[in-house]
Amino acid sequence: MVVAFFLLPMARLIVTGASGPSGIAAYAAILVEPRYRATLINTVVLATATTAAALVVSTIAALFLQRHRFPGRSLLIALLTFPLALPGVVIGFLIILLAGRQGLIGDVTAFAFGEKWVFAYSMQGLFLGYLYFSIPRVILTVMAAVEKLDPALEEAARTLGAQPWAVHRDVILPALMPAFIASGAIAFATAMGAFGTAFTLATNVNVLPMLIYTEFTLSANIAMAAALSVGLGLVTWAALALARSAGGTVAAAG
Amino acid sequence: MTAHGVAIHLENCGKTFANGARALEPTTIDIARGETVVFLGPSGCGKTTMLRIIAGLETPDAGGRVRFGDEDVTDTPIERRNVGMVFQSYALFPNMNVAENIGYGLKIRGIGAAERAQRVAELVTLTGIEGLETRSIDQLSGGQRQRVALARAVAIRPRVLLLDEPLTALDALLRERLRSELNSLLRALGITSVYVTHDQAEAMTLGDRIVVMRKGAIAQIGSPRDIYFAPANRYVAEFVGAANVVEAECRDGALILPGGSLPVAHATPGRAVAMVRPESWSIVPATAATLTGRVETVIFVGDRLRVTIAGAADRPLLVDAPNGLAVAPGQTVGLTVPPGAVRLLAGEAA
Amino acid sequence: MTEMRRPLGPIIRRPHVLRARLLFAAQLVFTLLLAAFLIVPAGLSMLAGVTENYFIGVRSGLTLRWLAQVWELYADTILRSFVIAIATLVVTIVIGLPAAYALHRRGDRVARLVEEIITLPLAIPGLAIALALLLSYGNFSDFRRSWLFILVGHVIFTLPFMVRSIMAVLAAVNINLLDEGAASLGASPWQRFRDVIVPNVKPGLLAGSLMVVTLSLGEFNLTWMLHTPLTKTLPVGLADSYASMRLEVASAYTLVFFIMIIPLLVAMQFMAGRGGLTGGRR
Ligand SMILES: Nc1ncnc2c1ncn2[C@@H]1O[C@H](COP(=O)(O)OP(=O)(O)OP(=O)(O)O)[C@@H](O)[C@H]1O
Ligand SMILES: [Mg+2]
Repeated sequence: MVVAFFLLPMARLIVTGASGPSGIAAYAAILVEPRYRATLINTVVLATATTAAALVVSTIAALFLQRHRFPGRSLLIALLTFPLALPGVVIGFLIILLAGRQGLIGDVTAFAFGEKWVFAYSMQGLFLGYLYFSIPRVILTVMAAVEKLDPALEEAARTLGAQPWAVHRDVILPALMPAFIASGAIAFATAMGAFGTAFTLATNVNVLPMLIYTEFTLSANIAMAAALSVGLGLVTWAALALARSAGGTVAAAG
Repeated sequence: MTAHGVAIHLENCGKTFANGARALEPTTIDIARGETVVFLGPSGCGKTTMLRIIAGLETPDAGGRVRFGDEDVTDTPIERRNVGMVFQSYALFPNMNVAENIGYGLKIRGIGAAERAQRVAELVTLTGIEGLETRSIDQLSGGQRQRVALARAVAIRPRVLLLDEPLTALDALLRERLRSELNSLLRALGITSVYVTHDQAEAMTLGDRIVVMRKGAIAQIGSPRDIYFAPANRYVAEFVGAANVVEAECRDGALILPGGSLPVAHATPGRAVAMVRPESWSIVPATAATLTGRVETVIFVGDRLRVTIAGAADRPLLVDAPNGLAVAPGQTVGLTVPPGAVRLLAGEAA
Repeated sequence: MTEMRRPLGPIIRRPHVLRARLLFAAQLVFTLLLAAFLIVPAGLSMLAGVTENYFIGVRSGLTLRWLAQVWELYADTILRSFVIAIATLVVTIVIGLPAAYALHRRGDRVARLVEEIITLPLAIPGLAIALALLLSYGNFSDFRRSWLFILVGHVIFTLPFMVRSIMAVLAAVNINLLDEGAASLGASPWQRFRDVIVPNVKPGLLAGSLMVVTLSLGEFNLTWMLHTPLTKTLPVGLADSYASMRLEVASAYTLVFFIMIIPLLVAMQFMAGRGGLTGGRR
């Protein structure tokens, strides 16, 4: 069952990638052909930026949420993790509502600066959308790691005279490193492969999944689409392998 | 209840795991009907493996046979061997309450609800867990879990009862109490039992016979007395109880030691290794003994004094003395032992 | 604000009380803003779905008109999504439960390899899987045209979640030991599976099921490639409406989706809360 519907098709995909007019060279074209290369670079830059931003904001929130107990804390956690299973299309739409032509940000900026900011369909819009679905994944992993931190570590650093910021720099953040690697790699892989969000925002920024889609449906360049998918699959697979070696468990759905 | 169960015969049962680890050398042992045999040995020596072979959870290496009475059960899966097993971590089913756990084996055997309830009630009384019947497993203390596990294993009237360190997970006090309870229960049931432990006090209390194991092989089989007073070798002597093992020249029916001589029965001249239990010694005035030494430390341990004496043998000797005896460090004293309390260990001389 | 400190919290010395307060407030505001970023747009979309004219705003009045229109236009996609989600659930349980059990029991190299293969779709974008399926089975036109084609895609995509969530529970409750315990009492393999394995695996099964249904209901990446005009699902319809419908209709449609999915998300949160944050601890 798994073999028939998954392994064989995947093999077929790999073979198809090399079956176009240029053969195996189709794989090389991903890196060589300027249009493909530009898209690849765009996608990697976007995914990297998303990952970095998600790590920073999520770590601040995760540390805060794990260290303090206050009324409404669990609600806050629930709110921060709820988009975990939201599909990318819907997230794209939410970004439109936030930064589109009738968006909230546009209204607010029009009111405040007399100028309407509309960036849903640009790189920034995509970035915001990717950030949206990355935050829950990263927060969950980092919070779990913070929870498992041995309080004695921090206390030991304190007894040795470390100030709070030194404790963070020398003890806490290094101890959280595996969680950063794991959740960062997951966020990166998810962002690389995100199709729904990009599709909805139908931006003028080309990202790899959109390129695959257009090659396949509009240009009917099936071989190239297959080659690009294989390339993309390899990148996400490698990122998730890295995540797993660092002990990550939250899957890259969506 | 009268003695029931079957004899167990293991023939050449060895175990090599898939990863090449040799957990058990080929071993042959017979366990009589109704007997309680305790496997005793340090961690990793193959006790659990032995028990699991008897249970049918592991198959012995080729050539090994397991027989229950006249029946060869080597290829019978555990569920058809009719063995009761108490697991080290109990393996109680969290999805069933206490009574359901105890009655599960009976239910599997198609025994009706009424009869089952009666049998469960019997066992609840027997193991002293009245009132807990409808509790869920995670609401039980360690000792209570242990009793439920035992009741569950016994409920099916097994041919053989297997217990893998059933008391290890408990604290010392509870362990001691349950040990004696378990002892009377095993005697009352009269069932063939195999008990695995690394605790020698448990082994002594419970075993009709003790099998001392070492690195996957049997070091000695015997009654608790045999094992204690007549250890077959230095390993057994030192593993079971405290022992003074000394190495010396034997001449004219006595061991020649730095602090004098120690008479031995049945001695043959030459190098010898001898064992004396701490409680066998008597401390006497230096003039009244052929062996003397200097008192090094005196520790009061309640029911007795534990004295170490230097200069008598090649290493300090441990001596248990009555707690009223007046000895002080620095004093020179004599040491005597009753004849026969010096045990020569065969084949151990360096 | 009644605030209690865990061991990790900074130790407050007198002169630092004020600073600690400020730090707490700053972090709280930051976290609240972050939550707002996630929640406000979702709230906006729900509101827009029942607003007469979103351009004018709520002032224009509330209405169920858009929802009715969505039902008229897209009822079939909603029903189809439900059918596919349930079918996906059934198939993933039927395959996933025995597979997870077998993989856990064997635990050898073959088992690990099989586990790798089953969970591989987690690491591959849906788009690539969809392409692979199209290339292999796109020519079987009856199959291609039926919703079963989409079902296959959903099963491949969600099976890893089911298998993993069951295997996590299997590992946590030490199922091998319980299995041996039941065997020692005379239970046959089937009786053991029914009386001991399944009941103890329930939490994992439940968590996995919630995940599978949620993911299937929201699956777009694969489905968009696999669907035909006659086999549209809800997310496919959503994408359609985002591209071609007025904002209010798109929002109303999204609202329908939220109504379907939020109870599942809440249930998932609840399950995760009971199993500790990561679900690993009991
Ligand atoms: N499934 C297995 N695969 C490989 N090696 C094993 C396996 N089970 C046990 N062993 C090895 O076999 C040896 C004997 O193990 P066994 O569990 O019988 O020891 P034990 O005497 O019961 O120890 P303990 O007192 O710690 O329970 C050990 O070295 C152990 O590492
Ligand atoms: Mg053991």
